[in-house]
Amino acid sequence: MSAPRTQPDVVIIGAGHNGLVAAAYLAKAGLKVTVLEAAPQVGGAAVTREFVPGYKVSGVAHLLHALHPTIARDLGLARHGLDLRAQRVATRCLLPGGSSFDAGDAASIAAISRADAEAYPAAMARLTRMAGALAAYALSTPPRPDIARMGWEGKLSLGKFAWAMRRLGRKDMLELTRILTMNVNDLANDYLESEPVRALLCFEGVLGLCLGPRSPSTVFNLLYRLASLGANGQGGFLLPKGGMGSVTHALAKAATAAGATIRTGAAVDHILIESDAAAGVVLSTGEEVRAPHVASNADPQRTALQLIGPRNLDTMFVSRMRHLRMNGSAAKIHLALDGLPEALAKAGGRLVVAPKPDDIERAYDCAKYGRVSDRPALEVTIPSLGDPSLAPAGKHVASIVAQYCPYRLRESSVNEARQQIGARSLAVLEEVAPGLGQRVTAMEVLTPHDLEAQFGMTGGQWHHGEITLDQVLFLRPAGQAQEYRMPVPGVYLCGAGAHPGGNVSGAPGYNAAREILKDVRAQKRVVGAA
Amino acid sequence: MTAYVEHVKPFLRRTPFHERIEALMHGNHWMRWTGHYSPAAFESVQSEYFTIRNGASVYDISPLIKYRIAGRQAAEYVNHLITRDLSKIKPMQAFYTAWCQDDGMLVEEGTIFRFGENDFLLNAAKDQLHWLEQAAYGFEVQIEEASNDLAGLSLQGPQSRDVLRAFGINGIEHLPRFGIIELELNGRWLRIDRAGFTGDLGYELWVRPADALWLWDRLFEVGRDHKIAPIGAQALEIARIEAGFILIDLDYSSALHALRPSNRMSPYELGIGWTVNLNKPGYFVGKRALKREKEQGLSRHVLTGIEIEGRKPAPGSFLYADRAGKRELGLTTSACWSPTLKKNIAYARLPAAYAKPGTEMWIEIWYHKEHKIERSMVRCWAANRMFYDPPRKSA
Repeated sequence: MSAPRTQPDVVIIGAGHNGLVAAAYLAKAGLKVTVLEAAPQVGGAAVTREFVPGYKVSGVAHLLHALHPTIARDLGLARHGLDLRAQRVATRCLLPGGSSFDAGDAASIAAISRADAEAYPAAMARLTRMAGALAAYALSTPPRPDIARMGWEGKLSLGKFAWAMRRLGRKDMLELTRILTMNVNDLANDYLESEPVRALLCFEGVLGLCLGPRSPSTVFNLLYRLASLGANGQGGFLLPKGGMGSVTHALAKAATAAGATIRTGAAVDHILIESDAAAGVVLSTGEEVRAPHVASNADPQRTALQLIGPRNLDTMFVSRMRHLRMNGSAAKIHLALDGLPEALAKAGGRLVVAPKPDDIERAYDCAKYGRVSDRPALEVTIPSLGDPSLAPAGKHVASIVAQYCPYRLRESSVNEARQQIGARSLAVLEEVAPGLGQRVTAMEVLTPHDLEAQFGMTGGQWHHGEITLDQVLFLRPAGQAQEYRMPVPGVYLCGAGAHPGGNVSGAPGYNAAREILKDVRAQKRVVGAA
Repeated sequence: MTAYVEHVKPFLRRTPFHERIEALMHGNHWMRWTGHYSPAAFESVQSEYFTIRNGASVYDISPLIKYRIAGRQAAEYVNHLITRDLSKIKPMQAFYTAWCQDDGMLVEEGTIFRFGENDFLLNAAKDQLHWLEQAAYGFEVQIEEASNDLAGLSLQGPQSRDVLRAFGINGIEHLPRFGIIELELNGRWLRIDRAGFTGDLGYELWVRPADALWLWDRLFEVGRDHKIAPIGAQALEIARIEAGFILIDLDYSSALHALRPSNRMSPYELGIGWTVNLNKPGYFVGKRALKREKEQGLSRHVLTGIEIEGRKPAPGSFLYADRAGKRELGLTTSACWSPTLKKNIAYARLPAAYAKPGTEMWIEIWYHKEHKIERSMVRCWAANRMFYDPPRKSA
């Protein structure tokens, strides 16, 4: 047994961005924190990945928009090497036949539809305002529905929420109530006239979900994404210099500077439970790292079913965890290019290839029946345009999110699905950027199965559980495990599976750190009083 | 032939003993038990009751729902499912236990039989395969319903052992309470366990359904000199209440079937907290909640025995702290006049402070008298729920 002096107060499983944020805050508060990461480097799914020699891309998440400004400021990320001023990108939609429009430029939209040139910016501003009201909870623990058991903090945050709603004004509040559970296709029809602009809104609403534009709850996903474009995020899409790994590198530096210890290449096999409470973790090598508090940056399903194990949990809770919707639907495609076709070179930034709402819906229809989309919808970034260090001189890399490549495949093997989503995405891209195919010198495709195997995300679901109304706020990950605490005392969730959810925001880690500190201080009071 | 309207055509199943039971039945006094015909009474509830206490009573328990649990990790699974410590029983032993939901509310209570290290049979009153399978996630175990694989008779009463001796079961006197034996008799497989629902000396006999009528005929043949007689559920009910056993849907609702969450009850609230072993190794379903309930005193009430002044049975009666009926304490569930004890007994949900034996309370009983309903407010006293506990039960 190790001497208690050297034993950490908190062990964090996984050095993803949320694990690092939690580590930094806990260490700043004076706790002894050890972060254990299975991979040889920190970052989790927020990494820069050299997929062929000389060509680097952001491994999973490739656009930074949700990183909470409070966290960036508190942890001094700029001081630790993160440059958030650079690399702001606009969204351009590529259409068949060579035309395109810039979603941030009314004049450009006017070429498609004069009405939408007015309507689209107004709709986005309005939706972003509503999303901002919903995001009042981002850095707080969402109140539970039973008011009788709600503490003053819960009541305060409920009050803040009511105030944020009130401030929206009567019209927007009513509109928010109307659209909250709706599907994004109907919303697009309400607000917009032209097909390409409606398709863009639909695409923003389904990104990251295994749902189509006509599925309920897709407006909520849209609002969720837009929340990060207001005061609770970066105000737009960023391509971080050096790739997403630069964000987690800065976080790791901040955590280390605050006193946290980070061990890479240390895979946790399971959480050590003694007398029905957390006692530490056991590594795959058999080594024990003992600590009274264990925070898991892994997804809730993995945390419950593998790290804690069903034998330490109750039946209904295990069933809830088994039934979390964790269906990854997006593949990540990385291209090494020896040059850019004209359409891509002039577009820059963030490209969306989803010309019609029905195209996206049909792409989803395939996924619904366990097939890779015949014509996937694509989000493309070319990070080497702004950061030439990511590719050899004169060459480029493209990072593509392709929907849908379902986790639950019915007709094809994972290998076939990988080949299909790669080939079909290139075919779609070739239509809007002719000549691209000839420029590709290497390609890497990560299906949801690959994301699961390489990054430990169950189902390949990169939000650690789909962002739908039944899996957010006090229902994230489940009504029985709110407030970052798993049922086993001393085990916490600090990853995207906890409120507020996915994207590189750091908010779940921030909130988890606050809840862990509450428990640590309460215990110290008890010990002190005894 | 009777012409039936299709939707009112009787549809209940017949147990393997039906033919014999029907032949002895007076007045078509059947009731329904897990979709089977089951006798409520034959001719006289009173004489059937006295058969339980003085002779050898025979009751068809084939309708019980039975689950076979086997597999490499069956023992670990059962220990995770139930509240008692499974290591307390060895192969060929049984025990009574509770099993709960996540928040410590009772799913059911019943007897689990252990035949081998990893070979079990669970007897239950309600269908719950889905629950058992949900709880089995992460265990290498097979669970299947075996309700139709066995035909059973409960042979209860002071003369039951003599009947079995006459039946040719050598060494039956050595079978301890909750022990199990399996043997061959006249080339037929027979399983006997020493358990029952009467709180008396008694056994349960299990055969293959095809041998059911053989078992019935042989028992009644050899039991003639030992006051053997069939009984129905009404006589058993009196013995059950005297013995202190709780009955599902009367004393409690299964957490899986309760209409409202607040209708569910914990083992502590039902007075079977002794079946909860918080110190057994490992976790079991509901442990965290049960521990909290016990440590923080969260039980809302406890199901206690009461003895009541007078002779009027008091089911569903309110109890009060005072004669005026200003302070309500709780409600009775099971209640009857005990013919053996000559006492008016009942179970009542009471605050823990009133559950101490001897505590005096008042009870309001409404009863029929000469075409009127009358009310009486009489004294009652908390008592050990096991009103009747003869030494022969476990001797």
